[in-house]
Amino acid sequence: MAELLNIALPKGRLGEKVYGIFEEAGFPCPSIRENSRKLIFENEEAGVRYFWVKPSDVAIYVERGAADVGVAGKDILLEYRPELYELCDLGIGKCRMAVAAPKGFRDDPMKTLRVATKFSRIAREFYASKGRDVELIHLNGSIEIAPILGLSDVIVDIVETGTTLKENNLEVIETVLPISARLIANRSSFKFKGAAIDRIVRAIDGGAK
Amino acid sequence: MNNPFGALTGEERAIFTLRSLYARYGYQPYRMSKFEEYDLYVRNKDFLVSDSVITFNDTSGRLMALKPDVTLSIIKNTKDGDGTLSKLYYDENVYRVSKNSGSFRELRQVGLECVGDTGMQEVGESLWLAASSLSALGGDFVLDVFHLGLTEAALSLFPEEARPAALNCFFEKNAHELAALSADCGLSDENAEALRSLVSLSGPVKDVMPELDEIALRLGAGDSAKELAGVLTVFEGSELGERVHIDASVLGNMKYYNGVVFKGFLRGIPASVLSGGQYDRLMTRMRRTSRAVGFAVYLDELEGLTGERSPYDADVLLLCPPSAKPALVRAAEEKLIGEGYSVFAAKKPDPDLRARRVADLSESGEVIFRG
Repeated sequence: MAELLNIALPKGRLGEKVYGIFEEAGFPCPSIRENSRKLIFENEEAGVRYFWVKPSDVAIYVERGAADVGVAGKDILLEYRPELYELCDLGIGKCRMAVAAPKGFRDDPMKTLRVATKFSRIAREFYASKGRDVELIHLNGSIEIAPILGLSDVIVDIVETGTTLKENNLEVIETVLPISARLIANRSSFKFKGAAIDRIVRAIDGGAK
Repeated sequence: MNNPFGALTGEERAIFTLRSLYARYGYQPYRMSKFEEYDLYVRNKDFLVSDSVITFNDTSGRLMALKPDVTLSIIKNTKDGDGTLSKLYYDENVYRVSKNSGSFRELRQVGLECVGDTGMQEVGESLWLAASSLSALGGDFVLDVFHLGLTEAALSLFPEEARPAALNCFFEKNAHELAALSADCGLSDENAEALRSLVSLSGPVKDVMPELDEIALRLGAGDSAKELAGVLTVFEGSELGERVHIDASVLGNMKYYNGVVFKGFLRGIPASVLSGGQYDRLMTRMRRTSRAVGFAVYLDELEGLTGERSPYDADVLLLCPPSAKPALVRAAEEKLIGEGYSVFAAKKPDPDLRARRVADLSESGEVIFRG
């Protein structure tokens, strides 16, 4: 039996879109579309095994070889810096990493800026590149309430539509970087399953054109 | 039959295999102390895989380090500039932060260094031994090779401040971001296309070399491509050569490395298990006139290759009456061992011990298997 290509998909709507791309690239696994609580799906004929994982965990699965390829947001790749190949920008899951603050906020350069974020590394590097002195406050969720409750002056977070910010009386004051979903591959798997991985890359590049 | 090597762990077998391989090519064993003055490492911190070092003060107050690396010590202790070669191999524990666990670990590392008047022949031999090491460790392997002269030529197209980002694109095979960076930095379409091809370049030497030659000419790095091709002739007529790939994602810190660099992968292991290259620049930084090439095999990464643990602790659990004389027990054990079994002799069964078969030792010394 030929070796299966292991693909880690991010759970959720983005993952379903991504599966569609892989299916078109010649790696179908119809059982994945069945409504079930299963997390692993195989199609030996197509030589593929899919599994759903938490979006922020995809890069770990790929870096450590449990998955040969996967799809992860650029935010996760920049925050955790896993050692892997980033082969394609899928052009989906587009959003941006941004600095947001309460409406009317004015930065006082004489004070240390208090920044609440889930993305400490990205925020640290962003402010370091500007030479701005900051105090980073690492949070794991509900970042938007930090400035409202006086925990921080601003937040650095992912912004899709901006609705959540608006509802919490916040606004984007600066874009840190654009984000989209990337096809990533394990460095070792690329050596041994390169032909299959290349087929996916070509299908995505072809689709993009 | 009893196989004395069967008792070796996967790591021990790998060490035995590699040491005998290197010894066959005339490499001499190199032993070093567990400790080295911290100063040696702090001056070359970027050369280390991890910049965290365990330090302590020795009895005379000197700041010492548990060695995180072997190469620096070898350079320090080999003769310099007399036109000869020092060919050394080592099998040492090093102490560094493991990328996986994020904490300090004692890691076993085997490697070799060739220091002195090194040239194409020595670099070729080093590549040959790297490929042979991977082959000897078993299974399918790929040895990725590249020439940093090409990487440097590619980076020189970018302004200084954009080079780290461009280098990262090479490391990640990130053609789309390299294309965007090329456009931002105003590179010509021809140069941007050459870089896009270079960053994606990966495959067996004979398939990829013609394209590499073309790109190298475009980048003005024809000499580097020629040098790489020359060194790779070491694999002519050998099956090992089929597993040697050219890949532009192989990098090394360019403050230390130059010329040919390489990384080895084994099927089933998610990270590279071997890394090496020419490090003439490190030699210069350490005020040496000699040149050098070498590589290390990371044995901690090989744990993934170790076969499954036997479901049994011993082949035979030999239950002996408490009154049995020691000589009787020993004779029964020797008989079973002679028949190829491993034996665990005890007076009563241990529920945690897993034996393939259970036997009783009679008062007369007879071994009676149950079931």
